[in-house]
Amino acid sequence: MTKDQLIMGIETSCDETAIAIVKNGREILANVVASQIESHKRFGGVVPEIASRHHVEQITLVLEEALAQANVDVKDLDAIAVTEGPGLVGALLIGVNAAKALAFANGIPLIGVHHIAGHIYANRLVTEMNFPLLSLVVSGGHTELVYMKEHGHFEVIGETRDDAAGEAYDKVARTLHLPYPGGPHIDRLAHEGKATIDLPRAWLEDGSYDFSFSGLKSAVINVVHNAQQRGEEIVPEELAASFQESVIDVLVTKTQRAVKEYGVKQVLLAGGVAANKGLREKLSTDFADSDVEIVIPPLSLCTDNAAMIAAAGSILYEKGQRADLTLNGNPGLEITIHNESRK
Amino acid sequence: MKVLSIDTSNYVLGIGLLDGETVLGEYISNIKKNHSVRVMPAIQTLMEECNIKPGDLSKIVVAEGPGSYTGVRIGVTVAKTMAWTLKIPLSGVSSLEVAAASSGRYFDGYVSPFFDARRGQIYTGLYKFENQKLQIVKDDQLVMSADWVKTLNEMDSRILFTSNDLKLHEDVIKEELGDKAVLAAVTEQNPRPAELALLGRDKEAVDLHTFVPNYIRLAEAEANWLKAQETKK
Ligand SMILES: [Zn+2]
Repeated sequence: MTKDQLIMGIETSCDETAIAIVKNGREILANVVASQIESHKRFGGVVPEIASRHHVEQITLVLEEALAQANVDVKDLDAIAVTEGPGLVGALLIGVNAAKALAFANGIPLIGVHHIAGHIYANRLVTEMNFPLLSLVVSGGHTELVYMKEHGHFEVIGETRDDAAGEAYDKVARTLHLPYPGGPHIDRLAHEGKATIDLPRAWLEDGSYDFSFSGLKSAVINVVHNAQQRGEEIVPEELAASFQESVIDVLVTKTQRAVKEYGVKQVLLAGGVAANKGLREKLSTDFADSDVEIVIPPLSLCTDNAAMIAAAGSILYEKGQRADLTLNGNPGLEITIHNESRK
Repeated sequence: MKVLSIDTSNYVLGIGLLDGETVLGEYISNIKKNHSVRVMPAIQTLMEECNIKPGDLSKIVVAEGPGSYTGVRIGVTVAKTMAWTLKIPLSGVSSLEVAAASSGRYFDGYVSPFFDARRGQIYTGLYKFENQKLQIVKDDQLVMSADWVKTLNEMDSRILFTSNDLKLHEDVIKEELGDKAVLAAVTEQNPRPAELALLGRDKEAVDLHTFVPNYIRLAEAEANWLKAQETKK
């Protein structure tokens, strides 16, 4: 019998202080998330300095709760995996320095994890990965198509050239005077209305898997502005439905095309916008008759959490990737760092 | 009793190790280089040199600010996490108090340590050694250096100014206070981590979970929000 592998994940890249413990890369023993959303709501968005301050307030409380929930001692951990980037630099630094202090004080290996690698590996907490695969990563800061030929190897085949899908959601929500964060409100309204307004879809040049949402965002603002000038009412449900349809159409069509070209066996949905009901439904129905397996994590694993960082850390640990005590928060970290062997 | 002290609140990176009444070692650098990258390696190196293992430590002391928001958070995060996992007490000491102790121990008069806070402002406080014990005379605060020296001109004895930013405010100090002001020598301007360890060793331990840096200032967004709430009333 081989010994169980226990990895702690630490995630503080934005406005969630999260610590989790995952067994053998797939089983969640604890997944604690202290959200700051109530605090940032006052400002209509995440304020970096305030996020950093909250992380310091929460870090040891969340640590203690995670270990208690998992009924694990720090000494039993095989490694500590921490989000190294991308994210808000001041926020990242809290998780990174807590992880380094823990690793040093207890003589435990340390692993730096790319935030998006974490989002993708949230799927492994649901089902085993089947390569080659494609992951559609959609969040407040990211819209990417990532191809994986094997564990721990990431190839970005398409990414946003301007706004992330999540940003576009937040901006459209603001135009409709919906509260922050706007994504879930748009999703809800979209289900109550019909897509009656013609909005553009940015396909970009032939064969490109890149995305662009700034044109769509501007089109929505124009529609609202023009209606105001003509003294007409905009039905928010219709606008939300039309906007959402445009976003999802582009996301799903490009995913389908990549699935064919790369001959993948699995499509993994990842990132906060993966919580979007419209996107989940469209992906599920469009791939219903194909051999490709669609994996959609539960909502709690789509939004930022540390179980996903531990899950990615588990694979990186097996691949021998280690960080030393000079590990730093890196807001511009590239996911391909995991493709080289870092020891 | 082995005490580890950590100061990352300003440009100086300071790590100290105190064993009973012996200063085992200190690491000090005064360079504009990333504390996040360097603080743990500095702790590791000093502890290894002094043959101290994490489990040997009986207390951690951290400089709690004021200073750079990001800088002080790095030290406080490391200190909190280490104290928590090693199950040992933690004390926080004002970064200004450490600076005062580092150059004013034998000075007969007041000590005004300060850190430049840009646009003519300084973080400062007023301290005095009485019977070898450091007393606080005026609380740590954020103030225009020009206003601060006016306040100090009302004091009855000489004042020692100590700071790595002395050059920036030297003219303001000299103009108002003349010979009443004494400027610390360059070799005494770095806050000493051994002084930090000593000050913190005798201080009551903080509640570890709720301990946060002393920023002095609210975050800008927070201050603006509070102001907006006030005008709504
Ligand atoms: Zn995320």
